[in-house]
This record gives sequence, structure tokens and C-alpha cells, in this order.
Amino acid sequence: MIQKPSAIPWRDIGVPLAVLFLALALWEALVRWKNIPPYILPAPSVILAKLVEDRELLFSSLMMTLGVTFEALVVATICGVALALLIAQSKWLERALLPFAITLQVTPIIAIAPLLLVYLQPGNAVLVCAFLVAFFPILSNTSLGLASVDFGLRDLFDLYRASPWQKLIYLRLPSALPQFLAGLRIGGGLALIGAIVAELAAGASGQGTGLAYRIVEAGFRLDIPRMFAALALISLSGLAIYGALAAFSYVLLRGWHESARAQDE
Amino acid sequence: MSARDIADVQVTAPALVSLRAVGKIFPSGLVALADYDLDVREGEILTLLGPSGCGKSTVLRLIAGLASPTAGAIDWSAPQVKNNIGVVFQDATLLPWASVFDNVFLPLRLKGVPREAASPRIEEALAHVGLLNFSRALPRELSGGMRMRCAIARALVTRPTLMMMDEPFAALDEVTRFKLNDDLLALKRRFGATIVFVTHSVFEAAYLSTRIVVMSRRAGRLVDEIEIDPEIPRDDDYRSSKIFADVCRRASRALRVSIEEATP
Repeated sequence: MIQKPSAIPWRDIGVPLAVLFLALALWEALVRWKNIPPYILPAPSVILAKLVEDRELLFSSLMMTLGVTFEALVVATICGVALALLIAQSKWLERALLPFAITLQVTPIIAIAPLLLVYLQPGNAVLVCAFLVAFFPILSNTSLGLASVDFGLRDLFDLYRASPWQKLIYLRLPSALPQFLAGLRIGGGLALIGAIVAELAAGASGQGTGLAYRIVEAGFRLDIPRMFAALALISLSGLAIYGALAAFSYVLLRGWHESARAQDE
Repeated sequence: MSARDIADVQVTAPALVSLRAVGKIFPSGLVALADYDLDVREGEILTLLGPSGCGKSTVLRLIAGLASPTAGAIDWSAPQVKNNIGVVFQDATLLPWASVFDNVFLPLRLKGVPREAASPRIEEALAHVGLLNFSRALPRELSGGMRMRCAIARALVTRPTLMMMDEPFAALDEVTRFKLNDDLLALKRRFGATIVFVTHSVFEAAYLSTRIVVMSRRAGRLVDEIEIDPEIPRDDDYRSSKIFADVCRRASRALRVSIEEATP
């Protein structure tokens, strides 16, 4: 009766991996065949060697960037959900607050970052940048979720004279969970982008040690392989964040929500 | 027995709830009900029969307190009746993230009953609808009929005096519907609640009801009222009996009148 969710099919992992290896092999072959120097385009093997060689430096930068991203995401989640709940309480609060949240969202973060760097310590500026971009999708998705409760279930709770608090705990929060998790997935990716953008904006003036700073630094030194190595780590971080949040969402929604069931059936 | 005889059955049970000159106009200006009178008598299975849009669901929502009338009054024989109504909607309207057990627990949980105290009553309700073995299942894992049983168990768990059912079996296949009709009658015998049942199926109305009220699409005007002796056992013999045929014929005719009235 109760179906266990099947493991992710091999083809969902195997096919893209095969394409990746094929592309890397072509890249490697091209660089060797055309004798392209590493300061123009390093071969994947050289980038890998650089990753191993600079592992301590790159690893500490990776931890720095991931730490900021994670902190920003946590704060954005707390603030986004809190504001969504506040807005859901009254139309007036929504009218008063939502335009500012939207303005913040539509202003490109790269344009805000230099100002933040004027007023804040570089470390804090990076955190605030990452927070600002991650905050809005969580807010808007959670708001949408809180507002889109099934009418029949609303009637049911009215019938049993549920208090506003009971409606929130037993109906609106669980109803909003799928949308909230979708917002979290977007926010997770954006938090990383925000952190990288702020570090890039801080550039040489910053004392940052994140991955984006490593890219800027390696650029000055024409250490192209290290630029690629840092870039690869950023991409992998983005994938890891997305994967972790997607798995988190799958575990929470499995069994009852269409989005998670579609993968099973 | 002629159609006239069906109506001659005397029922003198007191009214549980009375609608007096009730009107309901929606903010859009749509008149759903106008000057509508209805008594729901204690212990009966009253069926509201009528075409779509005749206001039968509105009557049910008004009685359940999910909507308020824009005119007239709804009188209750006792306030505790009003505060303990079970409703089964057209859809099962189960919480998709909660197990069958937790779905049935919901009305008690909202009344502040702790889980341990509620547990025996939930299990009893689940046993009555044959879902005891599925208490840990999620709604997605149930068939349409089982989901409806779960909704019925949820409505029963507070032991309501009045049960309102809004076309609960309309989406089910006929075999399942027949089975659930019988199960509903068995539950009714056991719990003795008064049932107000909304349907657009003449056969379902004739099978379940002790009284059928046929409503017109014109703002819920009453077209016909048919009494059926509650003593008649409802089984396969009844389905093929002359009384059943008479009730169906008379209800169909009234339904036809109500549809023709509404068609310009």
C-alpha cells in the first residue's frame, strides 16, 4: 500500500556525469593538441593539480564563503518567514512593507554592494549582501504559501471554530511549506551569489579571504589555473547548496505534496 | 402505495433547527436563497435535492455556520446542537500532510483534547468506517472511497447531533457509492445523529432519506416535499420496491419542474 520512494535513478546522475567527462576530455585534448599555454586556458588536469596544490588556501576560502552564505541564508529565512507572517496578518502591513522589499529586490545587488562597503566592515557587508538577495524569494514564496490555503480546509477549521493561532499552526504553516521550500531553494543559490558579488565589489580593498577574493587575487597574479580552481569550487558549492536544499525539501514533502511525488511515479 | 400515500406518513419529531424566511445574497449580487423556510427534524435523514446552483449547498453552509444569512433567522432547539455539527464536504478535504489518524484527530485537537485522551475515540471512529488498519496512511495513499470514509470518521469523532453532508459521494463510482450509502445508514442507526444530505442523484435521495425536499433553481424555492417511512428497511429489496420507484418518479418529476422553471 505505502510506496517507498525509489532511489534517484542512475540515469539522472550518470548521463550528466558522462557529458561532463566528455567535455573535460575534449577540453584537455584541445589544450594539449593546440599547445595552449596555461595562462590563456589551463587544461582540466592542471586545474585539478592546482586544486590539490593550493588545497589549504582554497579550502579555508571555501569554508569562509560557505560560512557567510549559510549565515546569510539562516538570517534571511528567519526574517523572510517572520515578515511573511506579519504581512499575512494584515493588508495594511502588506501595503506598508511589501513595496520596500520589492524595491530592495529589483535594485541590482552589485550596485548596492559598494555603498554597503562604505558603511560596514567588509565582512559584514558581504553578509548583508548575501542576506539581501536571499531574503526576498523566501519572503514572497512564504507569503504566497500562507495566502493559498485550500478553501475547503479553511471551512473545516472555521466549522470547528479554530483560533487564529490554531489555524496558523495546523493549517497555514503546513500549507505554506512547499512554497517556502521553493523559496529556500532559490534563496540558497542567491545567498552564494550575493556573497560572491560583495567580495568581488570589495576587491583588493577588502581583507576578505573568500573564494571570490581568491579569484580577484589570482587575476592580479595572472594565476589563471587558480582562478579556474576557485571558480570550480564556487560552482560545486552552488550545486551542493541546491542539492542539499532539494533533498531537504524532498524529505519534508515526500508522500503528500505533488512536487515530491512526481519524482516517484 | 401511490405517491400521495408516501407524503401521508406522519412525522412529528421536533425541529432541531429551523430556517425562517432566510435569504442569502452574495456580495456579487447573486441571490442564492430568498424567503426560504426549512425545518430539520430530530432523527431524520433529510435530503436536499435540486439542480446545480439551486442553493442547496448554501442552505447547508448557513446551517453549519460557515455563512450568515442576509435576511431571516436560523433558530436552534438547543445551543449545544449548533456547537457540535459534523460536516462532510464534496471533497474529502483532508490535510494532505497528516495521517488518517491525525486527520480524524483534528476536530478534537482543535477543541483542546490531548492526543492520549482522544485516541480511543479516534480508533472507534476509524473502526466504524473500516479504516483502523490505515490509521498511519497519508491521504494520497487512499482511494477516493477511503478518503471519504476518513472524512466521515472525522465528522463522527465529535459525536455530533447534526451531520451535514454536501454531495459526499458524487465523485465516487456507483459500487463504492452504494456501499457507502449502506455504511452511512448503519452508522446512522448506531449513532442516531440527524443527517442533512445534499445530492443531485434522485436514486441516492430515494434510498437514504426519510424526507426529500426538492428545491428550485429560482433562489431555492421549494418544489416538492416527499416523506418516506423511516421504518422501511433500506436494502436491495427496497431498491426494487414499488415505494422506491414511486419516490424516484415523483422526485424526478419535481426535479424536472425545478429545472424547467429555471430555463427561460
